Amino acid sequence: MPTVIIGSALDVVEHCGVPRFLFTDFPLGNPCGHPWDRQMQETIVRQAIGLLSTAKVPRTTVKAPFRWKQSDPGWRARYGRVDPAERERLLALGEERRRRKAESRAAKTKK
Amino acid sequence: MVDTDEPVPYMERTRQYYRALGYAKDYVWARHDEVPFARLAKPLPECRLALVTTASPADYSGRKRLWSGPIDPAPSRLHTADLAWDKESTHTDDRASFLPIEAAAKLADEGVFRGLTPRFHGVPTDYSQRSTSEEVAPKVLQRLRDDGADAAILCPL
Repeated sequence: MPTVIIGSALDVVEHCGVPRFLFTDFPLGNPCGHPWDRQMQETIVRQAIGLLSTAKVPRTTVKAPFRWKQSDPGWRARYGRVDPAERERLLALGEERRRRKAESRAAKTKK
Repeated sequence: MVDTDEPVPYMERTRQYYRALGYAKDYVWARHDEVPFARLAKPLPECRLALVTTASPADYSGRKRLWSGPIDPAPSRLHTADLAWDKESTHTDDRASFLPIEAAAKLADEGVFRGLTPRFHGVPTDYSQRSTSEEVAPKVLQRLRDDGADAAILCPL
């Protein structure tokens, strides 16, 4: 089955290796275009569909010609950032998650 | 952190974040040593295309599962809260920004391709590579074939 991916996590997708990939350089969540921008979404989908016939080899990646919003130039730094001042809180969060997972597993085993 | 124009290194950010949460083992990302590549069996204007999303249905029950929905009527919203998209930088209120049914349908009207399949498919993100490859992927493929898809457009959040 021929496929094309429209996505925004360049490193994840290229590490995996896929047949065809249209990379949209946006925050994760809106791979097909800025919210409510129908013109941009149409351009992106057109470009991705085009790759179904123009790509000749696997790992074909094309970058869509759009940037994220000018009003938010700092978006790249944000995702998953670890603030050293938050270390204790993050560790506590992790402990809580592991505790809940263990409880959930124990509950499933009992059933 | 310095703002750059470099694509976000999600694998490294995720690695560091989960280490900060105290997880000892790093996640191992999926990788194909040999990447499959299927060509279109007919010219693009004759092809039916299917859309695939990682979102869950709007009436999400709390259990992630493979699902399918009609493109007509197109869903006004889908459930995305449990996916790891960038919740500080954007939103998913516009369903078309991640499942572009209308944009694709417009291109079909222009003759770029024959048309969308009657269903799109949802493959909510599952971090188990085994489950995704061995259990879910064959089922998605079967649904694509059942719908007469000649190719699929995957739009992960």
